[in-house]
Amino acid sequence: MRQAIPIFKKEFRSYFVSPIAYIVIAIFLLVTGWFFFATFFLVGQANLRNFFSLLPIIFAFVIPAITMRLVSEELNIGSYEILLTMPVTLTDVVIGKFLAAVFFVIAMLVPTFTYPATVTVLGQLDWGPVMGGYIGAVLLGAAFSAIGLFASAMTRNQIIAFIVGMAICFILTLIDKMLFFLPRAMLGVLAYLGADFHFQNISKGIIDSRDIVYFLSVCFVGLYASYLALREKY
Amino acid sequence: MIQVENLTKYYSDLCAVDQISLEIQKGEILGLLGPNGAGKTTTLRMLTGFLRPSAGKVNILDFNIEDHPLEIKKILGYLPESAPLYHDMLVYDYLNYVAEIRAIDKGHKLDRIRQVADLCGINEVMHKPVNELSKGYKQRVGLAHAMINDPEILVLDEPTSGLDPNQIAEIRQIIKEIGREKTIILSTHILSEAEATCDRIVIINRGKIVADGSTESLKESAGDYRHIHLTLQNADFKSVDTLLSSLEAISGVTQIAESDGQLEVRLACRTSSDQRAAIYQQIKQTDWVLLDFHQETQTLETIFRELTLEDA
Repeated sequence: MRQAIPIFKKEFRSYFVSPIAYIVIAIFLLVTGWFFFATFFLVGQANLRNFFSLLPIIFAFVIPAITMRLVSEELNIGSYEILLTMPVTLTDVVIGKFLAAVFFVIAMLVPTFTYPATVTVLGQLDWGPVMGGYIGAVLLGAAFSAIGLFASAMTRNQIIAFIVGMAICFILTLIDKMLFFLPRAMLGVLAYLGADFHFQNISKGIIDSRDIVYFLSVCFVGLYASYLALREKY
Repeated sequence: MIQVENLTKYYSDLCAVDQISLEIQKGEILGLLGPNGAGKTTTLRMLTGFLRPSAGKVNILDFNIEDHPLEIKKILGYLPESAPLYHDMLVYDYLNYVAEIRAIDKGHKLDRIRQVADLCGINEVMHKPVNELSKGYKQRVGLAHAMINDPEILVLDEPTSGLDPNQIAEIRQIIKEIGREKTIILSTHILSEAEATCDRIVIINRGKIVADGSTESLKESAGDYRHIHLTLQNADFKSVDTLLSSLEAISGVTQIAESDGQLEVRLACRTSSDQRAAIYQQIKQTDWVLLDFHQETQTLETIFRELTLEDA
């Protein structure tokens, strides 16, 4: 497990060596900033609900763009062979790359602290939901990163990795809004699968173990699927 | 040191490597030779634990590669074909990263990077990104990567492919230098390279071992066939054929060229002893003028072609 650390460091650093990181962060801030402040002054409420309600859908686009290169690029240029003939296990590879993506998501969220900072200047901000929202955002980011990593481990083509990852994240985000199409018996299960549903619970400031278990299990399933996808290549 | 038993690899239906067995001693430089698609890369990939064999065993020291892949990977340095390195990293960062993964301790790390950089001659490119390097430098960085933890066993897949003659000579020099203490397995389809660098040569064709031995012993074992060239004046092919075929050891006479009254023939002899004296005695009795008379030396190239073409 110790060898996950150098892999994490290398992957995290290489985000900031290429322009991808800056482009993704800029787009993320632009989109969230626009949607948040466009209605903020009209509504006249000192909270971040608007920001957090949009976050899952934005993450569903942005995070697969972050994770798409993690494994695909290695498979494509062949460096995967070098990586795996060094003394590392597949678990090291999966965990290292996953952590790099999660920390990148955190780095992307840091500049958005300016939103609550702006709001406190303008009015009375209730910090509970804000803290909950950020904890939820990290959990959601981790879950989507695991899914994106899996999509990346499936193919050597980054564009396919992006589209597949985005499709899965998108479905998880929207599934609880599509329930009226589905038979009644399945509703409970499918509603539980919705990432947005769990995220909105947390971002209200209620940190319920069920929601945390949900996000952690999505991470686990995504990482285990990535592990299996990589083991297939051995 | 390395035992390979009945190693076999199938890609769906295609048998890439077919029951290869080998034993490699410590300190040997082994050249794996074969035409393209013979199964060299696949064999090396199984030796390094990158591919799982369909059947057979690989034991390195006392470790089985399926049960103890990490222990083996720790003592093994591998340069894959065409050195696929991370494109966007600086050479120094890359070696640093490899040293970290290889768990070389911090105090020792910088020294070690310097040593391999000196050995491989990459000091002047340490601060360039890998994708800006020429093929030769990339290959050297790959070599530095493989040697960074001072491995017991070095596996090199076509280490000189795509290099210019000067670079090839340099890489060979490096390989020879390391080979004094380490076990090296390298694959190549360049025969002169195997001849120049390896103690032992294994030729594989269609996934099977067709020859195994030192360059000298390979030449000797192929010595059952000798070819002798003759250039004669005042001779016609028919009488040459009848005269020389009467010698017992000569199994065939073929005409190569005829011009300006000069006849060039090639004699195939099926013995390991030298037949030149007997041939000369025969020719002396005629009025032919002997212009050229030589025995083809068995090169690795002729052996290689005989072994890999015969069942094609």
